[in-house]
Amino acid sequence: MTTRRLVLSRSAAIIGAASSGLLLPEIVRAQSGKVRVGFMLPYTGTFAQLGVAIENGFRMALNEQGGKLGGREVEFFKVDDESNPAKGIENASRLVERDKVDVLVGTVHSGVQMGIHKVARDTGVLNLIPNAGVHIATRGQCAPNVFRTSFSNSQPTLALGKAMVERGHKKAVWITWNYAAGDEAFEGFEKSYTEAGGTIIKKLGLPFPNVEFQALLTEIASLKPDAVACFFAGGGAAKFLRDYAAAGLNKNIQLYGSGFLTEGVLDAAGDAANGVLTTMHYSDSLDTPANKKFRLDYAKTFKLQPDVYAVQGYDTGLLLVKGANAVKGDLSNKKALYAAMEGATIDSPRGKWSMSKSHNPVQDMYLRKVDNKENKVIGIAQKAVADPGTGCRMG
Amino acid sequence: MDLANFLIQLLNGLQYGLLLFMLAAGLTLIFGIMGVVNLAHGSFYMIGAYMAWSMSALFGNLFVAIVVGALLSVALGWALEWVLFRHFYHRDHLDQVLLTFGLIYIFEEARSLLWGDDVHAVQMPASLDWAIPLTDNLSYPVYRLVMAGICVLLALGLYLLISKTRLGMKFRAGAFNHDMTEALGINIRLIHGIVFALGVGLASVAGMIAAPISSVYPNMGSTVLIMCFVVVVIGGIGSVRGALVASLLVGLVDTFGKVLLPQVAGMLVYMLMAAVLLYKPEGLFKH
Repeated sequence: MTTRRLVLSRSAAIIGAASSGLLLPEIVRAQSGKVRVGFMLPYTGTFAQLGVAIENGFRMALNEQGGKLGGREVEFFKVDDESNPAKGIENASRLVERDKVDVLVGTVHSGVQMGIHKVARDTGVLNLIPNAGVHIATRGQCAPNVFRTSFSNSQPTLALGKAMVERGHKKAVWITWNYAAGDEAFEGFEKSYTEAGGTIIKKLGLPFPNVEFQALLTEIASLKPDAVACFFAGGGAAKFLRDYAAAGLNKNIQLYGSGFLTEGVLDAAGDAANGVLTTMHYSDSLDTPANKKFRLDYAKTFKLQPDVYAVQGYDTGLLLVKGANAVKGDLSNKKALYAAMEGATIDSPRGKWSMSKSHNPVQDMYLRKVDNKENKVIGIAQKAVADPGTGCRMG
Repeated sequence: MDLANFLIQLLNGLQYGLLLFMLAAGLTLIFGIMGVVNLAHGSFYMIGAYMAWSMSALFGNLFVAIVVGALLSVALGWALEWVLFRHFYHRDHLDQVLLTFGLIYIFEEARSLLWGDDVHAVQMPASLDWAIPLTDNLSYPVYRLVMAGICVLLALGLYLLISKTRLGMKFRAGAFNHDMTEALGINIRLIHGIVFALGVGLASVAGMIAAPISSVYPNMGSTVLIMCFVVVVIGGIGSVRGALVASLLVGLVDTFGKVLLPQVAGMLVYMLMAAVLLYKPEGLFKH
């Protein structure tokens, strides 16, 4: 007799039987199948180029090892985070819960990073940060499963102070946007400049992402400092460089900046940027065999010139390879995996670097001067700069 | 702040305000005469800037690029009005917001496909690429002065158009009472097309003129759009005179705010808007 109850219960039984079959692959997949690597990067919007560069660099590092991690094949998953902090947690969860990635590589924007960071701390998934410099990820909220291969926001400016005072620029004005990255960059500058004996005459700021600099440039002129130090990036940086030169300030007041002031914008800034001094952990024109080889290989593979973001992506790949090789592909052996990555020395195009206790790179900062649309390295501003990792309790 | 500094900051504020006016004028005309909320106005500014970039590279001359770009954008505005906006005059403002918000995304993606995501420079014409020294270490770029001059001429031109010509009379009639104007035999559809094309053209030319100074980059339209709406709301919707007064006011408040009250600089303009609306809910000027 076909009653509704019969149909329902039989269906439930069939579905139950079928879905238990779905569990099996999960158990078997554990550590012998492909390694699942998830990219959570901006593939659209202002930072799209950076997302693409990071992924390119990462894949190049992997392919140099035959495309395998610790002997296992790799499967890639991608999510476009659109640089949207509001969807950060949702996007990160999608990679972790739905795609069940073993490693989450991301991201560029610090606001989105906080979303990833929450998911990483809650689920314990291995998170490799290829760019976002937000301090708290390797300070107060550091975690054993989170590693950064790029920089922290204050690292470039920590190397700026000494370089400025050495050149006799003892009175400076600081200017940036009033937002997290700007505040954190100032932290590094304030520490290094005052320790080297410099005086910060005034700290100027404008709301992010306002690019009307005229009022503050006029203010700078009236303050008559020896130099100006700043943090700007992207389109705003190009405009600042041009406005600074157009106001004639570059003739008498030397402009310094965290390296991002002159990354990716030199074509747009043109002659206005000539003579600007910046500090950063990399420069396209770094004259070392490692960098030359990297740039040649990257250009051949992707028909594009690499930038600092490609290097950071590449180093992320190198770091994961080291870790995976150390545990012979068994990424569930977290203790050994993390230990291997903590102790790794990365032979990067930027030079050799290693991890600090709070999982941030300890690296040299180069002093660069803009000359004809290039960041020429004129020396090392400071060796082995480390982020203080204040408040990190990881043992 | 000494007198010299004050005067320079005054100049900064007025120059910024005049550029805002060029954008706000188009927006207020479209909103006032056609009743359409056009969130995509900032995108036209961006399109203008990118056009200036690719065309000045093509023609080797910024002036030619601006003229050609102006014609193209007027044509674009006309086409958009004919294909899309025409059907939205009688719709709810929310529908218009949704349409134009969607257009923002479409334009951004189109920009990404056509021109890429890099930051670009537009070469300033050599004849204008010099600066007037104001103090011993500060100079004022002549190009900015020329820009301000163009905006003033524009303001004058709009004033003459709207208050002294028959076409302007038709604009004002259409804004005042749409149906009656149509009933009196005036081709209101043509008027709408002209106003929209003019609005888009103004935004686009503003982007083209500002391009050598601001550089050309993704999302450049969004920040300027918000300021634009603030100006239109303060000045009174549909009033070009209001847009002029409001944009100068906003320019000055923004400039002096950054220097005198930096902690609240980001809020000052909005506080100004709130203050004006409390005292005059319809903005400073009516039609």
